[in-house]
Order: sequence, then structure tokens, then C-alpha cells
Amino acid sequence: MKQYFSELFTGGMSLVEGLGVTMKALFMPIVTVQYPREEIDISPSFRGHIDLILDPEKNSYRCITCGMCEKNCPSNCITVKGEKLEGQKKKSLVLFDLDFTKCSLCGTCVEICPVNALEYSKEYNLAAFSREAFHYDILKRLEERIK
Amino acid sequence: METISTLPPELIRMVISAIIVITFLFLNAIMMGYAERKIAGHVQRRPGPMEVGSHGILQMIIDGIKLVAKELIIPFNVDRTLFRVAPLLSFTPVILPFLVIPFSEKLQARDLNMGLIFIVTMGSVNVMACLVGGWGSNNKYSMFGAMRAVAQAISYEVPILLSILAVILMCNTFSLKGIVGAQQKIWFVFLQPVAFLIYVVAGLAETNRAPFDLPEAESELTAGFHTEYSGMGFSLFFLGEYTNMFIVASVATVLFLGGWHGPHLPYGEYLGVVWFLLKVYFLLFLMIMVRWTYPRVRFDQLLNFSWKYLVPFSLANLLITAVVVKL
Repeated sequence: MKQYFSELFTGGMSLVEGLGVTMKALFMPIVTVQYPREEIDISPSFRGHIDLILDPEKNSYRCITCGMCEKNCPSNCITVKGEKLEGQKKKSLVLFDLDFTKCSLCGTCVEICPVNALEYSKEYNLAAFSREAFHYDILKRLEERIK
Repeated sequence: METISTLPPELIRMVISAIIVITFLFLNAIMMGYAERKIAGHVQRRPGPMEVGSHGILQMIIDGIKLVAKELIIPFNVDRTLFRVAPLLSFTPVILPFLVIPFSEKLQARDLNMGLIFIVTMGSVNVMACLVGGWGSNNKYSMFGAMRAVAQAISYEVPILLSILAVILMCNTFSLKGIVGAQQKIWFVFLQPVAFLIYVVAGLAETNRAPFDLPEAESELTAGFHTEYSGMGFSLFFLGEYTNMFIVASVATVLFLGGWHGPHLPYGEYLGVVWFLLKVYFLLFLMIMVRWTYPRVRFDQLLNFSWKYLVPFSLANLLITAVVVKL
């Protein structure tokens, strides 16, 4: 009999306590992010697709077209082409393609680059209707940034 | 104009009140649906509906249009008559109690001297709708839901009636107007707190609201008795549920919270409706908060709670009330 009443009392008290918790939560600020209208900062270790680093001294890329990234890519998704243009001592980059549909974001290309020319981009709003939209011309992206 | 004057005035009165009641009923369902989703959102610290209209205020209207426009799917091998009757059976009886609810001293369609019994009777027809819908759907989950609804209603009708009876003993009338009139000096919630608590808890179970929403327990039974319903069939069940909640809350207001009584207002015999609705919506707010606070009870816990706690307590309360009134 004693247990009957004590159970009723403790149970009732815990119910009231629970209501208090939700009542407090009702007036607390919202914690969800209203995505299209609000965005949160991306963590610095975020791995997007690769991008060429813009060297502020040269105002251009650092890539020496050695092709290490292309050779070491486990998914074979990078195509690098360099040509010796007239009046230039070194080879310059003419094509840097990334087939992002195959990329596994392993980061080998970024790590292996001897001149540190690659970085991860912070793009995550990626959606398209065709596969071709994910064949990125990384060089063109850099040129657009230089402008 | 002449044709109107030849009609019996009582008929005109009934038609007008029926129109008001049905309009109010849809409005109430829309408001409650919006409030429910908004409060659920804020309890979980998210904003709730935000996209349609400012702060999602038109969300329920859009949802209503969607439901009306949807096809009524009647699955293969169902009992066609019962399947179609069930939503109507859930919706129609919940309109009738509005005829006797005294919104204010003069805003009452009919003052039946058996008003309370009328409401209780109509309230239990809703369970029939669950049973008919669940049985007619030819689906085991619907059937489980229907059976649970019946078992639940049978065990929770008893404490509801016993707690109501305690109030009846104190004011000696079944007329709702008479009961509110008897609370001129002091609300019955102060004289009968136990009966009030029992009524509110059992009322939650009567309306199949969480934490007693076993008939439609979505995680176990998909949607219980209305699993197979789509479009307007579903929304009639939905309307029925919200209107039932309103009726349970307004009966609680009439019996325990002093109905239309409150601080004096001009045209008090009509504007008492403000106090009445404020009390009703306070109770409804509490019901929504309860839904988003507590987890669903297990079925044996549900029945144990009724037979081991609510029924003995309401019986004891009734006995004490009878003795005190007699003295």
C-alpha cells in the first residue's frame, strides 16, 4: 500500500518536472539553421573538390605540371596537361580537369603535390542534371578568381 | 423577407447555430493544427512550419487544399460500406455536442436538461468510428488500432463518468447552464481538484491523444485505424480528433473552470465567450504540451493506470463528495 502511494507521488512529480523541461524549451531560442536563408561557417578541415591555390606573389598558380597528382590519383580522375609556350622558360598549365563523379576525396593529390599547388574548395552546394556538370575545369575556375 | 417570417423562428435559430458551429469547427481544426505543429517545433527547438505565408501561417490551409484535392483510394477487398461510413461516423457526432455547450450566458443553441449525458453519449460514438474504420479496412494494423481504441475507451469511460458524477452531486443538475451557474462564487476545480485531474487525464485518453495514442501509434501500427484512408477520409478523422479535443476541453471548462465566469466585461451575457474560449484554449495548450513531453505508454500500463489508479481514486472521491454533500 505504501508503495502504491509512493509510486503515484514520485511518478506524478516526474511528470510535472518533464512538463517544466518542455515548457522551458518552448521559450528557448531555436538551434536549427534555416538553410537557404542562413548558412553556418564551414570547418577549415572540410574536403570539397580540389582547387588550384592562387599564389598572391605571382598572381597565378604554383603548378609546375609535373603530373604527380594525375599519376597518383587512385580514381584516375585528374587530367593535367602542360605545354612550353613561346617566350617562357618553364612549362605552363594549359589544362587541369577534374572528373568529380569519380573522385573519392582521398586527398592524395593535395598531399603529394611537390609545390603545394592544390587545396580543397569549400563548395558543397553541388547539384546538377547531368554528369558533365561535374567535370570541373580547375584552371578556368582559377582564372575566374584572378579576374 | 416574407418567406423568412413565415418560417418557424426556432428553425432559423437552429440553422444559424449549425452554420456557426460548422464554421467554428473547421477554424478550430486549422488553428489547432497550426498551433500543434508550431508548439511541437519550438519544444524541439526548431521553428516549425515557416515557408507558406509569414511564419507558415497558411500552411494548414494549403494542407487542407491538398487533402481535398487528393484521390479517395478505396483499397481492394475492403468492406466498402463500412470503409466509407467510418469517417462520417467520426465527424458527425462531434458536431452535435456543440448544440448544448454554453459558450456564454446567452450563446447556447439549446439548453437540454440532460446536456451532459448528451455530450458523453455523443463522445463515445467516436470510438465506433475507430472500430468501424479499422474493421472495414481489411488490414491487420487497422484492426489492432481499432481493438486498442475500444479497449481504451471502455476503461477510460469509467473514470470520466465517475469524476463527472462528483460534480453532478454538488450542483444537482445535468444542464450545462445550470452547472456553470452553480460556479458563480467558486469554481469547482477548487472544490474537486481530484475529479478535475482525473477528468483531464481520462479525457486525454478518450481523445486518443499522446501519451495515450495507442490506437494510432505511428511507430508500431503505421497509423492505426486510419492507415488506409487518404484525402478527405483522413481529414475527417483528423477534424474529428481536434473537435473531440475541443469538446473535452470545453466540458472541463464548464464542469470545473467556471465556464463563462471571469472578470466583468461589457455585454457580459455575450462576451463571456471570451473567458470561455480562453480557458478552453489554455486546456488545449496543456494537451499539446503533454503530447510533446511524454512518451507513449505501453498497453498494459495504460489499462493498469485506469483500473488501479483512476477508477479507485474517482470512486473514493465520489464517495467523499456524496458524504460531504449529504452532511
